[in-house]
Amino acid sequence: MATTAVGAAFLLLLLLPFSISIPQPISDSHRSAASNLFNQISPSLEDAYEALRVFEILAIEKKPLDTADTCKKVLENLGSSSPLKDVFYALKVNGILKCNIDGTIFKDIASRLKATLHDASTLLDIYYSVGSLVLIKDQASDVDVLLTDANGIFHSIKALSQSDGRWRYSSDNPESSTYASGLALEGLSGVISLASSEIDQSKVSIVKNGIVKLFDSIEKYDDGAFYFDEKFVRGSEPQGSLSTTSSVVRGVNAFAAVTSGKINLPGDTILGLAKFFLSIGIPGDAKDFFNQVESLSFLDSNRISIPLILSLPETVYSLTKKGQFKVKVSTVFGSAAPPLTVKLVRAFSTGAKDSAIIDSKELQYNQESGFHFLDSFPKNVDVGTYVFVLEIVLHDSESENVYATGGQIHVPIYVIGVIKVGNAEIAVLDSDLGNVETHNTLDLSGNDIVSLSANHLQKLRLSFQLETPNGRVFKPHQAFLKLHHETKIEHIFLVGNTGKKFEIIFDFLGLVEKLFYLSGKYDIELTVGDAVMVSCTTYYFKVTCSSLILLYRNLNKNILFQENSFSRLLGHVELDLPEAPEKAARPPLPPVDPYSRYGPNAEINHIFRAPEKRPPQKLSLVFLGLILLPFIGFLVGLLRLGVNLKNFPGSTVPATFATLFHLGLAAVLLLYVLFWLKLDLFTTLKTLGLLGVFTMFFGHRILSYLALTSTKLKSA
Amino acid sequence: MARTSSSSPSSSSITKDAQDLLRALWSAYSATPTNLKIIDLYVAFAVFTALLQVVYMALVGTFPFNSFLSGVLSCVGTAVLAVCLRIQVNKENKEFKDLAPERAFADFVLCNVVLHLVIINFLG
Repeated sequence: MATTAVGAAFLLLLLLPFSISIPQPISDSHRSAASNLFNQISPSLEDAYEALRVFEILAIEKKPLDTADTCKKVLENLGSSSPLKDVFYALKVNGILKCNIDGTIFKDIASRLKATLHDASTLLDIYYSVGSLVLIKDQASDVDVLLTDANGIFHSIKALSQSDGRWRYSSDNPESSTYASGLALEGLSGVISLASSEIDQSKVSIVKNGIVKLFDSIEKYDDGAFYFDEKFVRGSEPQGSLSTTSSVVRGVNAFAAVTSGKINLPGDTILGLAKFFLSIGIPGDAKDFFNQVESLSFLDSNRISIPLILSLPETVYSLTKKGQFKVKVSTVFGSAAPPLTVKLVRAFSTGAKDSAIIDSKELQYNQESGFHFLDSFPKNVDVGTYVFVLEIVLHDSESENVYATGGQIHVPIYVIGVIKVGNAEIAVLDSDLGNVETHNTLDLSGNDIVSLSANHLQKLRLSFQLETPNGRVFKPHQAFLKLHHETKIEHIFLVGNTGKKFEIIFDFLGLVEKLFYLSGKYDIELTVGDAVMVSCTTYYFKVTCSSLILLYRNLNKNILFQENSFSRLLGHVELDLPEAPEKAARPPLPPVDPYSRYGPNAEINHIFRAPEKRPPQKLSLVFLGLILLPFIGFLVGLLRLGVNLKNFPGSTVPATFATLFHLGLAAVLLLYVLFWLKLDLFTTLKTLGLLGVFTMFFGHRILSYLALTSTKLKSA
Repeated sequence: MARTSSSSPSSSSITKDAQDLLRALWSAYSATPTNLKIIDLYVAFAVFTALLQVVYMALVGTFPFNSFLSGVLSCVGTAVLAVCLRIQVNKENKEFKDLAPERAFADFVLCNVVLHLVIINFLG
C-alpha cells in the first residue's frame, strides 16, 4: 500500500513538467490517419464532400470513395425537389469530382435558387442558396447566376447581425450565435462575388468592423491558442468550439478573399487560431478532422497574415551525448518558411528566472535539413529544467506583413546527465554513545555488498552525496531506501538531505514496532532517480519511460532505463530484535501477486450448522403410542362414570344450534392443524375471526338455552 | 419376640389405617357430582400426557425445545383451565354461586381456543 502511494506521488511529480505541449505542424501521420478515418463509404454527400476536401488539401492521391457512385448520387440530389442543403453539398462534391452534368440542370437549379432567395428569411436558406449559386458560377460559366438585387440580399443578411459582431439564425430568433457569424460572412462574400453591380463600399466596411468586434469575443488558452466558443442557441444544433472556430475562419477567409483592402486583425490572433487547430493533434472524428484541416488550409493561404509554426524535434538533451538544440520553422502544413533567422533571446533555469544562462544568440541554419540549431550548449548548462525564449526574425521586411511569427516563444527544455555519487558510507552505531561499531565505505557505482548486524539498541546510518556534472549538489526526485525482510515484508524510507549530504539514520529502538518485531536478515536496497537523470530519446517517450521506471520498480522487476538512475542492493543487515509483546500489530500478509487478481477466485465453501442429533425413530413412535394411553384412560373413565348424552337437546332448533356449535369448534381445531401445516398467521387470524363469530353466536344460543332449562328445572 | 410381635401389628395397622383413609376419601369423593368427576378425569388425562412428554424429553434431550415446551404447556394450560372450570362449576363453592355453569363452560372453551392458537404458533 505504502509502495503504491509513494509511486503514485512520484509519478505525478514526474508528469507535471511535461504537461506543456508545443504544437507540431501537420505531417505524414495526419495523412495516414486521414486514409484510415475516411475509408468507410460515406452515407451522405456532406460526409463525402468532407472526405474529398481533406484528401484534396492533404494532397492524397487516392480517392476516398468511388467516383461513379458518388456522381450518381450528386445527380440525384440536383433534382428539382431536393432540399437546399443537399443541392449545396452535391454542388460542392461536383466541384471536386467534376462529374458530367448537363448544362440545363444547372440552369434549372439556378433559377430555382434565385426564386428561393427572393423570399428567403432564415440565414441558413440564404447561406445555402448563395453558396450554391457561387458553386454553379465556378462549375458552369455559361449559366447566368448574377444577382440583380445583390444590395437587397446583402441587406437582408446584414439585418440579422448584432452589435457585438455575431449573427442570428432568423429574424424571429433573438439569440445570436458565433457559428452563424461564420455562415453569414460566407454568405455575404458570396453575394459580393455574384453581384451584377458594385456593392456599396460603406456597407462592406461596416461588415469589416463587425468582424473586428467579433474577434473581441475570442477566448484564449494559456499557451497562446485562440478559439471561439459557442453557448447553446435554441433552435440550432449545438456546436463545439472546434466547429465554431472553424466556421468563423471559413467566413472571414471568404470575406477577405472577395473584398479589397485589409481586415484589421492582429497577426497574433491568426497564429493563436493556428495553434488552437494544431494543438488538437489528430482528431478521431471525421467532422473534427475536416474542420481542423480545412481551417488550417484557409489560415495557410489567407490574406491577413500567414502563421509560422516553430517546432522542436526534441526537448530533452543529454549532457553526455552532447546533443544539439534544434528547432524548425514551417507553415502549418510543414512547408518551408521564407528566409528567416531564429534568435535565442534568453535561456534560464526554472529555478532561477533572473539569471540567464544564454543571452541573445542567433541560431545557425542548416540548409539541407531545414533546422536552425545551437552549435553547443554553454559550459554552465547543468542538469535541470530550463525555459528557452525564442524569436523568429524574418529577413525580408516585406514578408513581416504577410507572416505571423508570434513574438517571443517560451519552450521548456530538459537537460539530463550523469550524476556523480560520492562519499557513500554505511555504519552501525551504538545508540547511547554514538560510537561507530562497524563502518563501511561503499562504491555505489560498483557491485560490492556489505553484511552488517545490529540489535535494537543500535542505529544504522547511511549517507552519500550526489553531484551534477558541474559539481553542484543534486536533489533527485526520488531517493529512498527499502528494507526487505525474508518474509517478503517491505519497508520504504525516504532519504532526507541536509545540505550537501543525503543521510538516513535508523534508530531500531523506535522502529521495532514498525518492523513488527521481526528479527532476521533484511536486504537493504537504495533507489535514487530523477527525470533529468534518465535518458530517453524523445520527448514523448520520456514521459512514458520515467513513469515506467517507477512502475517496474514497484513490480520488483530489474529493468531500468538509466543514464545513471539506480536501484541497487547495498547489502544485508542481520537484526536482533526483542520478542513481540502480545498487543503488537501482526505483520501484514505477503502482497498478493497482481496477476492472480485476474485468475479464478477461490471456491466458496459454505459452512452450515451441523444438524442436531435426533432421537431414534422407534422410540419416538413408542412414545406416540404411549401418549394415547391417558386418552384411552380418559375415555374408559368416562364410561365408568356412566357419562351419556342425554342432556343433548331433543327439540330441533336447539339441537341444530348445538350441532353447529360443535362443528364450529371442530372447524377451529382443523384451522389450527392447517396453521401448523401450511397457513401463515395472518390468514389464520382472519379465518379464525370468522369462525370465532360463528361459533360464539351458536355457543351463546345453545348455552343460554341450557341455562334456561336448568333454571326452569330448579324453579320447578 | 415381643419386639417383632409388636412391630408387625404396628406396621399392619399403618397399612390398615392408610387403607381406611383411602377408603374414606374414596367414599367421600364418590359423593362428588358426575360433572365434576368428568373434569377431574380430564385434568388427570392432561397431567399424565404432560408427564409422558417430560419423560420423553428426559430420554432424548431438549431438541426441539419449542415443540417440547408447547406440548407440555398445552397440557398444563388446559389442565389449569379445567381446574378453574371446576372451581366455578362446583355448587359447594359459594363464591361463584351467581355464575351459571354454562357461562363458565363458555369461558373455558374461549380460553382453550386462545391458548391453543398460541401453542400452535409456538410449535414450529
